[in-house]
Amino acid sequence: MVNPAHPALQAVDRETSLVDAVTCPGCGLLCDDITIARSGSSLEVTNISCPKSTAFFRQASQNTSIPRVAGQPATLESAIRRAADLLGKASQPMIAGLATDVYGMRAVLELAELTGATLDHMNSEAAMRNIYAVQNTGWHTCTLTEVRNRADFVLIVGGDIVSRYPRFFERIVWNNESMFGQDTAARDIVYLGGPQLDTAAGISPRNIKPTVIPCDNCDLPQVVAALLALVHGGELQTNNVAGIPLAELQHVATRLAAAKYSVIAWAAADFDFPHAELTIQQIAELIAHLNHTTRCSGLPLGGSDGDITAAQVSSWISGYPVRNSYRRSYPEYDPYRFSTSAQLNTQEADALMWISTLDPLRTPPLTSLPTVVIGHPGMQFAHEPEVFIPVGIPGVDHAGIMFRSDSVVALPLRKLRESPLPSLRQVLDGISAELGALAC
Amino acid sequence: MLIKLTGGKVYDPAHNIDGKVMDIFIRDGRIVDQPRDHEPVTQEYDLRGKVVMAGAIDMHTHIGGGKVNIARMMLPEDHRGDPEAHSEFCRAGCGHAVPSTLTTGYRYAEMGYTAGFEPAVLPVNARQAHLEMADTPIIDKGGYAMLGSDDFLLRMLTAKKDQNAINDYVAWTLHASQAIGIKVVNPGGISAFKFNQRFLDLDENNPYYHVTPRDILKVLSRAVYELGIPKPLHVHGNNLGVPGNVETTLKTMGAAEGYPLHLTHIQFHSYGTEGDRKFSSGAAAIAEALNKHKNISADVGQIMFGQTVTCSGDNMSQHRNAGHGHPRKAVVMDIECDAGCGVVPFKYKDENFVNALQWAIGLEIFLLAEDPWRMFLTTDHPNGAPFTSYPHLIRLLMDKSFRDDAFGRLNLDAQAMSTLSSIDREYSLYEIAIMTRAGAAKLLGLHDRGHLGGGAAADITVYTENTDREKMFSTPNYVFKDGELVVKNGKIVKVTWGSTHTVKPEFDRGIEKDLKKYFDTYHTMNMEHFKVSADEIADNSRGRVIVQECKGRREKTA
Repeated sequence: MVNPAHPALQAVDRETSLVDAVTCPGCGLLCDDITIARSGSSLEVTNISCPKSTAFFRQASQNTSIPRVAGQPATLESAIRRAADLLGKASQPMIAGLATDVYGMRAVLELAELTGATLDHMNSEAAMRNIYAVQNTGWHTCTLTEVRNRADFVLIVGGDIVSRYPRFFERIVWNNESMFGQDTAARDIVYLGGPQLDTAAGISPRNIKPTVIPCDNCDLPQVVAALLALVHGGELQTNNVAGIPLAELQHVATRLAAAKYSVIAWAAADFDFPHAELTIQQIAELIAHLNHTTRCSGLPLGGSDGDITAAQVSSWISGYPVRNSYRRSYPEYDPYRFSTSAQLNTQEADALMWISTLDPLRTPPLTSLPTVVIGHPGMQFAHEPEVFIPVGIPGVDHAGIMFRSDSVVALPLRKLRESPLPSLRQVLDGISAELGALAC
Repeated sequence: MLIKLTGGKVYDPAHNIDGKVMDIFIRDGRIVDQPRDHEPVTQEYDLRGKVVMAGAIDMHTHIGGGKVNIARMMLPEDHRGDPEAHSEFCRAGCGHAVPSTLTTGYRYAEMGYTAGFEPAVLPVNARQAHLEMADTPIIDKGGYAMLGSDDFLLRMLTAKKDQNAINDYVAWTLHASQAIGIKVVNPGGISAFKFNQRFLDLDENNPYYHVTPRDILKVLSRAVYELGIPKPLHVHGNNLGVPGNVETTLKTMGAAEGYPLHLTHIQFHSYGTEGDRKFSSGAAAIAEALNKHKNISADVGQIMFGQTVTCSGDNMSQHRNAGHGHPRKAVVMDIECDAGCGVVPFKYKDENFVNALQWAIGLEIFLLAEDPWRMFLTTDHPNGAPFTSYPHLIRLLMDKSFRDDAFGRLNLDAQAMSTLSSIDREYSLYEIAIMTRAGAAKLLGLHDRGHLGGGAAADITVYTENTDREKMFSTPNYVFKDGELVVKNGKIVKVTWGSTHTVKPEFDRGIEKDLKKYFDTYHTMNMEHFKVSADEIADNSRGRVIVQECKGRREKTA
């Protein structure tokens, strides 16, 4: 076993085969209790059962690749030169994807400023739903440890959570011990929305089944609006909403009001219907209302593929989360115009740099624009980009820092193996140097 | 390399120098008393007719960490009005209420400030605070770690653990969060809010732990003292913004039982309940108590009129204030059974009775408190106003007729409730230098900052004397950071990165056994990952951790 002291900063001893206290970037929960068995460059999770974590480390174990220019093997230097050339000649480059860690994201912002680029994250369609809610109304939220120790009622809206965050229940709902002596197995769980969910994870250790109130997610706007009205004490002139008997919603409203500390959790990716931000705002309003008399917090789940990390770093350096642009020499923000799809569809952008260091399956959107991909060494393309530069995976090939789902906890990622691959930061710094370093 | 600053009028209160014309020599980033024999002057600046002070130090400014970044994220409309374009020396960003990190550093330096301290570092969020401060150029920085509503401490108090164990935990927290001081925010109140309590007065029990704010203040102020940490416990008291809280504040001064205590943004805690609107100034009583209690220091948290945003660890108060948001939005968070935060945009208006009186109360406190060594110039950036309003605030303090004119524009009912126009005091340059330099460095234990004596770091600001003090303090002629010229005529000419000041008191590491078990049982992160290492701050050699001296562990107590 390796001493976990300052894990982010120590290269792991080559002789050891087991590494514990590893942070897993496989989803936004960033569980940091993973033990990895390492043999050569192959990595296997040994101590927990999580499909995301297992897949993340298995994908990382695949053979590394080398840079390519126009489909032909190239040296790192020549690939960097070609990428710089392509970006430098573009009048409006788009840097998108942005699945990386804090250090990678800092380098992205520097390069964006140097090239006058527009920025967007691969998960923004979902993540912006939450960001709009923050920018328009705000919200009451809490963090994972708070749920783990305090929640007596968890209302899950729009999905099963565990498909995206597999250890959600294991780590923060069905934990054995809690700070304030709560009987955690007695936690009250309600699923609202999402058709045909697998709600097995919501069954308590004492085999108490959760309440499941299914509906199509495109009906969530009216269902949540009805729940908000009921929480406000309103009377609705109907006996069902989107097929849900009103009495069932009334029962949820009553339990929310009676709970000492309820948590309303959702993954914005499940809210795949137009203007979902308005439904999130209604949830925020519902939570705000409950907080006049009791305590209730939202738990917006995100953070996968570095989406929270990108928004955090971009906010402190530019002032804006993502969908911002340096085209005018100062940062601007336009969440509609600066989206990847708008930039590509309108051909406002004339070159694309796609960054995807965590998941090889997240390849760039189909486009005729000249494209540079900097990403996971296991990436494969239906359409070969002009330049592909494989880089190290944060938390595997090099140390790093990522933000967890709750936007509060930033966890160190550690280097798990020796790697011939450069980090994203090194590659972007190389491109910046080619283009003439920024004054700073 | 020897730099000579020739013939400036020097204000260096740490050495009782009050406007004396003298030369200053800088060698390798440090001030030296005299050049060596025959040592040539590499560069000379003719400062005849100029005013010379140490670089200013903002001892309470929210520049990094979760709540600040939430404020950035939620206020695109505010950023749009103040873009900072990419220039020869500076990277792009945005300014005003919550500037981007890069712009924060540039604008502080352009105002003659060479250090700023983030007063509310949640230990669980310390990594983020340091990441943001690392991206804040030129100025030195540091943070105060927040304790007092964290479950571990409250548990210790309930269990009546001995003071030495508490000292060990406090010291461990300072190490883990790379902080220079300890702050307590609404002691016990952030926790109480999570148990649905809405107010918590000094002698009221937290509903779960049966611990009072007074208990918390007592053990923490004592821990800070016994660990030899120079910076007194930084206290954001109970009942922020509540009319009548002046009584709580006066009692809080007594709660320290003689241990040093710093009451921060005291303006927000100096409200009475007199008058038709049951809102009045408690400034006279506060100033009188400050004058009497030599163990107490304070900063004001002056408000200025205009748009800003309030970012606080005090989620109990911020939840109460959420309805006053302008624009109407608020983020309130419960965080990791450790702390909380609340972010509410706010617009202070001079025609509004309460806001106008808040403005007057702040100035009354500044002017009635006698000892500038125990009084600090802050707006609690950005809560009272953005830090860029400091030159205006300095003019209000130094220029009575300017102040009276401003007072005359206030809401008339507020004017009737304030004694401000009857106060004649005008701060001198020497007193301003105490509040913003020598006093701040002394309070924080920055032994080589805030003064111009031999051995000090050459953080130096040079101004042109001007009766319009706002103009004078807005655009220094020169700012030197560690001996390098970084600002000329109010504009950046070189970008450096500054250091992070910390303290590392000794403690019994046996406490980690308990903490490890505690983290493994209740938390969602590994204890080792909770700790921020000095290497992280030094990333790419751009940052540097400076460990300021603690005067040794004082006697253990039985």
